[in-house]
Amino acid sequence: MWVEKAKRVLTALAGAASMLGGTTASAEYGLNLHRGVTPISHEAYDLHMLIFWVCVAIGVVVFGAMFISIIRHRKSRGHQPAQFHESTTVEIIWTTIPFLILVGMAIPATKALVAMEDTRNSDLSIKVTGYQWKWGYDYIDSGVSFISSLATPRDQIENTAEKGEHYLLEVDKPLVVPVNKKVRLLITSNDVIHAWWVPQLGMKKDAIPGFVNEMWFRIDTEGTYRGQCAELCGKDHGFMPIVVVAKNEQDYNQWLAAQKAASDADAAAAGRDWSKAELMARGEKVYKANCAACHQAGGTGVPGAFPALKGSAVATGPKADHLKLVMNGRPGTAMAAFGGQLNDIEIAAVVTYERNAWGNDTGDMVQPSEVKAAR
Amino acid sequence: MNTATTHDAHHEEHQGGLLRWVFTTNHKDIGTLYLLFALLMFIVGGAMAMIIRAELFQPGLQFVDPQFFNSMTTMHALVMIFGAVMPAFVGLANWLIPMMIGAPDMALPRMNNWSFWILPFAFTMLLSTLFMEGGGPAGGWTLYPPLVLQTGNAFPFVIFSIHLMGISSIMGAINVIVTIVNMRAPGMTLMKMPLFVWTWLITAYLLIAVMPVLAGAVTMLLTDRFFDTSFFNAAGGGDPVMFQHIFWFFGHPEVYILILPAFGIVSQIIPTFARKPLFGYSSMVYATASIAFLSFIVWAHHMFTVGMPLAGELFFMYATMLIAVPTGVKVFNWVSTMWKGAMTFETPMLFAVGFVVMFTIGGFSGLMLAIAPVDFQYHDTYFVVAHFHYVLVTGAVFAIMGATYYWLPKWTGHMYDERLGKLHFWLSAIFVNILFFPQHFLGLAGMPRRIPDYSIQFTEFNQISSIGGFAFGLTQLLFVYIVIKTIRGGARATDRVWEGAHGLEWTLPSPPPYHSFQTAPEIK
Repeated sequence: MWVEKAKRVLTALAGAASMLGGTTASAEYGLNLHRGVTPISHEAYDLHMLIFWVCVAIGVVVFGAMFISIIRHRKSRGHQPAQFHESTTVEIIWTTIPFLILVGMAIPATKALVAMEDTRNSDLSIKVTGYQWKWGYDYIDSGVSFISSLATPRDQIENTAEKGEHYLLEVDKPLVVPVNKKVRLLITSNDVIHAWWVPQLGMKKDAIPGFVNEMWFRIDTEGTYRGQCAELCGKDHGFMPIVVVAKNEQDYNQWLAAQKAASDADAAAAGRDWSKAELMARGEKVYKANCAACHQAGGTGVPGAFPALKGSAVATGPKADHLKLVMNGRPGTAMAAFGGQLNDIEIAAVVTYERNAWGNDTGDMVQPSEVKAAR
Repeated sequence: MNTATTHDAHHEEHQGGLLRWVFTTNHKDIGTLYLLFALLMFIVGGAMAMIIRAELFQPGLQFVDPQFFNSMTTMHALVMIFGAVMPAFVGLANWLIPMMIGAPDMALPRMNNWSFWILPFAFTMLLSTLFMEGGGPAGGWTLYPPLVLQTGNAFPFVIFSIHLMGISSIMGAINVIVTIVNMRAPGMTLMKMPLFVWTWLITAYLLIAVMPVLAGAVTMLLTDRFFDTSFFNAAGGGDPVMFQHIFWFFGHPEVYILILPAFGIVSQIIPTFARKPLFGYSSMVYATASIAFLSFIVWAHHMFTVGMPLAGELFFMYATMLIAVPTGVKVFNWVSTMWKGAMTFETPMLFAVGFVVMFTIGGFSGLMLAIAPVDFQYHDTYFVVAHFHYVLVTGAVFAIMGATYYWLPKWTGHMYDERLGKLHFWLSAIFVNILFFPQHFLGLAGMPRRIPDYSIQFTEFNQISSIGGFAFGLTQLLFVYIVIKTIRGGARATDRVWEGAHGLEWTLPSPPPYHSFQTAPEIK
């Protein structure tokens, strides 16, 4: 195990060395910026490399002069100190030259920035909402919407199971987009500030409560692209990944139709009475995806930070109060208003689950129709 | 020098014991207090960094829960910035400014005492929040709302401790300005002042300009939380981004507050060991002033991703790039000072040369970050973490350590152990690069900052970085040992200490008399 790890560290170091040596092994070892899969990310990458080499060139000149001086102009070699200490000419030269270099860099940077901020003429708009600690996606044109949260099992995080290939960068429901279409994201937040970032798409934007930010991308290759929230947003900031799946137009339309069918089926099923077993099964899933981060899988909460549900006054008290709290949240705390995030079935299921799991044997049930009535 | 010695004989009336330090109004005593306090906070903040690096040694959660991890990153920053680097610079200012300008003491000695003694209370309060219900502040040192408003019972205590630190800094700054403006020896015109004095004068103005802005911003947080105002609450008509604008209007000058005195230190050390006058003295002064001015008009480059209008992004990008010009002038001047000198490489010179090299690396990554279209990729990643640790650790902290070795023989009258000093430098220089250089790669590869756990692709570089971190941390215990050893004894230091040293402080005995210059020296 340790030998293998040491090997990996050595390979990484070799990669670093070869990058400094000027070869292009960088991509393989994750040393450099991703070139990405959008026109924006390509431009960002090119600018990054341009300025990197400009810095290297300046560094070679400055550090070169310095090291020559360090080697040659030492007292131990008997070098006598010169006494010059001023020259307006050289001061003007080394003010002007850097200024010109900067102008040279500002021109392509300005062009790139103008292109990045141009969100007009998009083919598709998706509203992105940051929640503590998951993402919500609304396909504005087609009415499909869902919540996307971390799919990595808890035991991998707690080191009791082997970590998977996409550890912490996998979600239950990825954002699916068509390739070669200009996708515009309308980004906002429901609680604190988050930032939506997928490195391969070349752009990140803050999700700010009460404001809507825009960004766009046009993915040129089908594939799965992974990123994470980039703005500190509380306890599970490191656990709210973003996965974007880019499909060709046909596959994308199929996926969209399937999503619509599923939400229609849910809407139809919300009208009927659900059995307790059905509610408990669905409720457990909803609880794990939405509640377990704070209240913990066993309902024990975190003392001082997040209240326990196991045996709590709310989960074993009047049903209507419990339902209300889940739907409206508790302002000023991390407890979100789930009324806007979950549908009737999901809320009914999770409340039923919380009232009957971990020894909270209240025995009662909440039907989707009751949630609908409470809205 | 003579007058100082005779004065010494009949006027040494400080109290003995602990009370001497509580009631002292002497610039040297207060300087010592500041420096020792900074050293203590450096160790406390460093211990927090060790916890962070231990948790990040492997993917998965090993030692701490994510909430505590977040409060470690938050507290590490607050303690290092406000508790270690700033007080260390104020300590150096206290010790050195009167000796460098030919004054007996600071202009406002009682306020000097007060501005120091606020600090232990401020930091006791700040650190005690770690034991409060809901834990310490965990929203990042930038205190962005709405997240920071979710802090538990610690919230008002954090705000009040920041108020106290601000009051202390402002009083320190007033004292520096009044001393420099009024107490220079006859003949010491502004353009004859040592560069350390110049950079501190400019820093002091920055402090007075921006600390009240921070105080205002955190007070608005306080009223938003407790008195139902909505400065930063969109639901009440406020704007969470407005906090960021106000914060960084303080925050960007703040980063120059953390580096300008370091520029001054390096500009004192390099000429001494190159045995050659500083190249381009007046351009150094003008460059410092330009940097200070520019620092007020670049703040929004910390927030390129908040969704500013294009014109705003362009303005802040151009203004930020412009800072490279005066900063470049400084680096070129230092290199030219070394050029054709007769250099020796005692420990202070090693730290100064290390500063120039590694601060410049931090400057390069800063230039890269200024380019807004690429900053969208770099922003809030480990690339930024690497950048600001290059300018703050190998920049500010290396300068402070260089200054300690440079002036410690003057302060104590004892030479430090040169062999150990060099060992300390080389170990620090090697490990600090193992610690922070791989973080550039992590950021470029896509690792966000402030996360307690990461995907497996980032494992190797995090391990390298953590190993560098532990070794760098241990190395600093050597620094503590060297300093204590020098205070307690060692070879006698001469008055001039260094062959190439110039300046009034070297005309005083080592250690200098309790009141530096009772009769002002003549400057020709």
